[in-house]
Amino acid sequence: MKFALKILPKPEVLDTQGRAVQTTLSTHGFNELKDCHVGKYIVLEVEAADESKGLEMAKAMAEKGLYNPLIEKYEVEAL
Amino acid sequence: MSRVGILRFPGTNCDRDIWKSIEMKNKKPEWLWYEDSFKPENYDAFLVPGGFSYGDYLRSGALAALSPAMDSLKKADSLGKPIFGICNGFQILCEAGLLPGALMRNDKGRFIDQWVNLKLENESGWSPFEVGNSYRMPMAHADGRYFIGEEGLKSLKDNQQIWLTYEKNPNGSVSDIAGVMNEKRNVVGMMPHPDRALFDWMGSLDGLKFFDWKDEA
Repeated sequence: MKFALKILPKPEVLDTQGRAVQTTLSTHGFNELKDCHVGKYIVLEVEAADESKGLEMAKAMAEKGLYNPLIEKYEVEAL
Repeated sequence: MSRVGILRFPGTNCDRDIWKSIEMKNKKPEWLWYEDSFKPENYDAFLVPGGFSYGDYLRSGALAALSPAMDSLKKADSLGKPIFGICNGFQILCEAGLLPGALMRNDKGRFIDQWVNLKLENESGWSPFEVGNSYRMPMAHADGRYFIGEEGLKSLKDNQQIWLTYEKNPNGSVSDIAGVMNEKRNVVGMMPHPDRALFDWMGSLDGLKFFDWKDEA
């Protein structure tokens, strides 16, 4: 069973990668771009009895250290 | 002679600098390998050197923080042993929850390698102890912007846990913070490199003042 963690910098934290991407795209004429954030996407394949158990495991892995609650937020999804 | 455990992870590269620093202070350095647990009782203090543990994968220090040696280091902290993390070592201690806050990409996005002047803001369990004094040494990092939320910053200030500040903020760190300590004051961390200011020919001797601790036998 596959799950994915979507990890993004918290809105109140300066996202240097997002800012660099946004600035670069602006120089290419994408002036409609108002905000941009760069995060991580982690795919986890786990053995689980059912989807809710698998989701729990994926969350436990996130909490173990795949995201840093001080500076990031995450969402988990079943694939 | 004090025994000092120096932690090594894959990608640590300031380990020999730290070894030399400890030797110069007439203490006995010993290697501690990240895959191995150790007995904290056998050591008087611990150093976590700089480098690029795990190639900075995931987040700087994040994977190193989950290694068996770090579980032993947490036991050392619970015994009140002095623990000092420098550069990547500071990042690892923050990721492990032994120090408050996080180290993020420098505000201008660049790796910065330059000399900095630091001010000792509050006394910790580690030397130097002369609050208000200034110290000069190199910094060399991309992920050194110290971040902590408003509440956390207030608590750092209230508890006098800000250890060192930059005289001129190079990387956008909150409140110019270059180093912090935990509440018990036995764990400290800083981004600049005292281990690169040990001899006149290096440009400064100030680094040597950072490798002693209180109540040293």
